Amino acid sequence: MSASPSAVVGQPFIDFDRVALAYSPSSGNAIEDISLTIHEGEFVAFVGPSGCGKSTFMKLCTGLKRPTAGTVHVDGQAVTGPLKIVGMAFQNATLLPWRTTLHNVLLPLEIVQPYRSRFRREKAAFAERARQLLAKVGLKGYEHKYPWELSGGMQQRASICRALVHQPRLLMLDEPFAALDAFTREELWCMLRDIWAEQRFTVVLVTHDLREATFLADTVYVMSTHPGRILEQRSIELPRPRDLEITYTEEFIDLVHQLRARIGRIRKTETPQ
Amino acid sequence: MKPTALERWAPWLAVVVLLVVWEAICRGFQVSEFIFPAPTAIMQAMIQFAGPIRMHAWQTFWTTMIGFGLGVLVGLLLGLIIGSSRFMYRACYPLLVGFNSIPKVAFVPVLVVWFGIGTVPAILTAFLICFFPIVVNVATGLATLEPEMEDVLRVLGAKRLDVLLKVGLPRSLPYFFASLKVAITLAFVGTVVSETVASNLGIGYLMMSAGASMRMPLVFAGLIVISVMAMAMYELFAWLERRMTGWAHRGQQGSA
Repeated sequence: MSASPSAVVGQPFIDFDRVALAYSPSSGNAIEDISLTIHEGEFVAFVGPSGCGKSTFMKLCTGLKRPTAGTVHVDGQAVTGPLKIVGMAFQNATLLPWRTTLHNVLLPLEIVQPYRSRFRREKAAFAERARQLLAKVGLKGYEHKYPWELSGGMQQRASICRALVHQPRLLMLDEPFAALDAFTREELWCMLRDIWAEQRFTVVLVTHDLREATFLADTVYVMSTHPGRILEQRSIELPRPRDLEITYTEEFIDLVHQLRARIGRIRKTETPQ
Repeated sequence: MKPTALERWAPWLAVVVLLVVWEAICRGFQVSEFIFPAPTAIMQAMIQFAGPIRMHAWQTFWTTMIGFGLGVLVGLLLGLIIGSSRFMYRACYPLLVGFNSIPKVAFVPVLVVWFGIGTVPAILTAFLICFFPIVVNVATGLATLEPEMEDVLRVLGAKRLDVLLKVGLPRSLPYFFASLKVAITLAFVGTVVSETVASNLGIGYLMMSAGASMRMPLVFAGLIVISVMAMAMYELFAWLERRMTGWAHRGQQGSA
């Protein structure tokens, strides 16, 4: 576990200024009036009911979509196309079944510059880096297994390695642990916590799980649906490093409870008359 | 799960049983050789006409292979185009389906008018009949790519070609190889159909002329030669499929 405790917040890194996005002119805004600042090295979580535009938010952050209104700045520059400093992982591990775990993790290095042009020459060094990363998430000895030979939790670990192998400054996680059982999920929380504490990239975690958000994040954003707006920004002041035990303290449970109440209210106003 | 010894020999056993029953029926009911020859009579014909059979079989074989090769090339190309663009998929798919439902036999006379009697119409018939399953399978393999996978790569600045080479193509390989097995047997059908109608070479022609001179055992010998060739090629591509895309058949290798 890292020695550096509470969130040492760096420079502003991601900056949204009154951003809205509509997928087509006729449809309404998927998200609307989003203004926020995420600092370098910050761990933020977005929670909200289904359809609150969390995935849209991720697409805007990473440059896969351009906003219909407002501006998105990442690292001081307006986002105009895919950002190569991003790693992504999803609920499905989306590993390629014809590649071994190691080669799945190496995939981004075959694509993103500057690694791409050096890949052939420095393959051994890159493979070593991937191996170290895999060892760090507890997948030592599984480098040459194929994805279908791994359990769901292991696949997700490998998927996160793939997202991190090119040393991105921003890690985007779209409900990465949603398909796992409760025990595996908590294990992976700790895995993510440790690797983040060590490397201090910025994390944007989209989740339905309020305990997950509270346990991992520095800041939790609660979003509404149709269109997605930010209803609340909540700093989580729990001391770091956090142990799983913290999830049973009163302070933690209160936080989760308050977030739950906030989302409960959104759902109530949403339910059909 | 490994097949038991009995399971492994089962196909051969079935062949032997079929031959024995066939022979027994022909002898038992004294069926005329001109109507339905017994396996032994067919065997005799095969030995007697070994030379011509070999010559015609070779003709049919390479004609089919050229038609099949063309089918693979065109099928792969069309499949790539249709599979990687939603617009092209929408535009071309109905057209292809319509084209595929034309009975290819009906097309042979047209080919004969264009290219004359002989090998060319046979090659083209084999090609026309076999490229469709390849197109459909390759296109399906490409079109069913998970959007998340594409996002993972596009965020890294991957071009469409990158996505195609790293993910799309390998992903559609199992579909492609599966379609080859279907296509090769269809290609044989195409060649033989064309040869029976418009050629003076090939197994199709051999069977036609043998039939005309009431040499039924030779007709059946022709049939058997075709099916043996088609089966051998099918097995070859089935083997190739297992070799190249074993990862897609992981169910058989245990752990899920």
